[in-house]
Amino acid sequence: MKSRAGAAAFALAATLLWTGIALGDGSGDPTAVKNDDGKYFDKNGNPTYNIKPDGTVDWYTYSGYIRYHSECHVCHGPNGDGSSYAPALKDTLKTMSYGDFLGVVASGRKNVNTANENVMPAFGDNKNVMCVIDDIFIYLRARANDALGRVRPDKHEEKPEAAKKWTDSCFGAGG
Amino acid sequence: MRYLSLTLSTCLLTALAVPAYADDLVKMSENPADWVMPAHTYDNQRYSTLKQINASNVGKLQVAWTFSTGVLRGHEGAPLVVGNTMYVHTPFPNIVYALDLDHDAKILWKYEPKQDPNVIPVMCCDTVNRGVSYGDGKIFLHQADTTLVALDAKTGKVVWSVKNGDPSKGQTGTSAPHVIKDKVLVGISGGEFGVQCHVTAYDIKDGKMVWRAFSEGPDDQIKVDPEKTTALGKPVGANSSLKTWQGDQWKIGGGCTWGWMAYDPQLNLFYYGSGNPSTWNPKQRPGDNKWSMTIWARNPDTGMAKWVYQMTPHDEWDYDGVNEMILTDQQIGGKERKLLTHFDRNGLGYTLDRENGELLVAQKYDPKVNWTTGVDMDKNSPNYGRPAVVSQYSTDQNGEDHNNKGICPAALGSKDEQPAAYSPETQLFYVPTNHVCMDYEPFKVSYTAGQPYVGATLSMYPPPGDSNMGNFIAWDGKTGKIVWSDPEQFSAWGGALATAGGIVFYGTLEGYLKAVDAKTGKELYKFKTPSGIIGNVMTYEHGGKQYVAVLSGVGGWAGIGLAAGLTDPTAGLGAVGGYAALSNYTALGGQLTVFTLPQ
Repeated sequence: MKSRAGAAAFALAATLLWTGIALGDGSGDPTAVKNDDGKYFDKNGNPTYNIKPDGTVDWYTYSGYIRYHSECHVCHGPNGDGSSYAPALKDTLKTMSYGDFLGVVASGRKNVNTANENVMPAFGDNKNVMCVIDDIFIYLRARANDALGRVRPDKHEEKPEAAKKWTDSCFGAGG
Repeated sequence: MRYLSLTLSTCLLTALAVPAYADDLVKMSENPADWVMPAHTYDNQRYSTLKQINASNVGKLQVAWTFSTGVLRGHEGAPLVVGNTMYVHTPFPNIVYALDLDHDAKILWKYEPKQDPNVIPVMCCDTVNRGVSYGDGKIFLHQADTTLVALDAKTGKVVWSVKNGDPSKGQTGTSAPHVIKDKVLVGISGGEFGVQCHVTAYDIKDGKMVWRAFSEGPDDQIKVDPEKTTALGKPVGANSSLKTWQGDQWKIGGGCTWGWMAYDPQLNLFYYGSGNPSTWNPKQRPGDNKWSMTIWARNPDTGMAKWVYQMTPHDEWDYDGVNEMILTDQQIGGKERKLLTHFDRNGLGYTLDRENGELLVAQKYDPKVNWTTGVDMDKNSPNYGRPAVVSQYSTDQNGEDHNNKGICPAALGSKDEQPAAYSPETQLFYVPTNHVCMDYEPFKVSYTAGQPYVGATLSMYPPPGDSNMGNFIAWDGKTGKIVWSDPEQFSAWGGALATAGGIVFYGTLEGYLKAVDAKTGKELYKFKTPSGIIGNVMTYEHGGKQYVAVLSGVGGWAGIGLAAGLTDPTAGLGAVGGYAALSNYTALGGQLTVFTLPQ
């Protein structure tokens, strides 16, 4: 057991080395390598942000900013910066993977002990969150990598057709 | 055994011999040594006649003793003192301690309810609790899970307990209960969760519900008499609430009731404000959304409304109307009037006649307020009593998905729940204020029971050109004018206390307890407590000495908007200074600090 754990640690260290400066966040290297109708993905297939040199952000980063500040900021603070009672998600995503993020948002989690009473509710049934969970993730991923500051993104790409279709079908007609 | 039962019956006898109904509470509240209700007296003046600590010696104030509450969340409210016992409450898990003032604040009893922690995330803006109330030998606590519990003041044993709401639908308890006559009145929170909010009266003896009055809905649910209940002097008419909502939207209409109540025993009316309509996206709920954002005057025996005044019809900014009503008797135009003064989140300071709800004064108490040009005071105008909305800042007129920039005040209001004080000597109100503006972008949301129902994105920052995010002001309620104003780096989020010693106390988000001269605002004393203050300063006398006490423990909405510092709208353009993070000044805590003069 011991040696296997050691081997795994070595493998991890090696991976970190090989990825070089693009060390990335909890989901790996955030560099966008694929554009699927305005939605960007990294080399591992995780959704990611794409910010042009002039500051124009992709639709999902912008939408994520909006949705984050509706659904999440009441506890997690403006811009993913945290509050006096919920963690800064811009830091959380530095180590948490896309899959784990989805899991915690959908199922919630509790950290209740003598020093903490942190309870994340399960949002699995909440369309305002789950229909746009990739948007929120992408926004926070941009924050975690300091690709986006503590500001409302001023310029953004048009809402792609795929995003329109998705929100219409997910929220329900007119929703 | 025999000894035990003897003690028990003696206790019972004592309890029976000292009925503590409202009349007695009125008398008890006149004793400046005690602090028997959240605002000291029913008029919400938060004024004490104690003057051992005064303008000439407050500079020598020292810490007498401290007490850790064992909880690290936002600590709002203040302890009570009844005789030789102090009652201290905490945020979730809502512990109550009874401390023996005769024996160095030894813990006489401790009550800690078992509550499902799932209530925590449905509490908008931290797990705060605004304190307990006393009456009929009992201590009343409104727990986070909406349980209203009556504890024996001597033993801490539960006498009765009743459920006031359903947390799985986003209904939570944060407010202090208020004892009026033979009833315990309690409001409910959940405006960000689409709750149809209400005030409910329970029998002080057994906790049986006596009446419940909603903020919106059919006339019988809101306890409004179409002929007898008035708004600005006229009967409200039938279906006054229903006809201002589209369809069934009133059922998830908000109008929550988590503020401080006031009571006038002569008029037999109690007063409170109802909160914002749900959602924050005004486009989704056309109409005036009555009676959200309203000052209510109700009869405590029946719950029936005598008069109403809606301050912000069809709210577009989350200017929640819950802030406290302060009752004073002052002269206006040479005539003695029974007044009610209220500092609304919307940035206007209102003075009304509390007998009939006549609007006398409505003026901005922060000069930066810009969403309105003012309230129409012309009794013959069709818009009488309505604020004129500036189109540029109308989040409704500009529509969904439009980012409305530079609206002042921000959603947390020019003042939030942190109560103001009033001194009958200076005839001035002392108001802790927020000096913050915002960008507000409403968008469509869908409603799910027990889930946030917000529908707007906002970012907040100090008004352009200013670096202070708060002011502590003195206000003349008769004329609607600021008399003096002390800038605060952060929002002044602690409740004020005025005393006959010619001084006013308040706490700051960095953790300072401050004393200022009541006439001039000059700072006379400050002491940095272990954590930011969002609690209310209180005072009492014990063993011939005056004490001043305040809870520290940063959090609440202040802990959200400010913990990481406000958004700097000019970031990248080299602006620095007043935007620093509160976390550079203070950290979480939960402590009571008690001050007195040195021997």
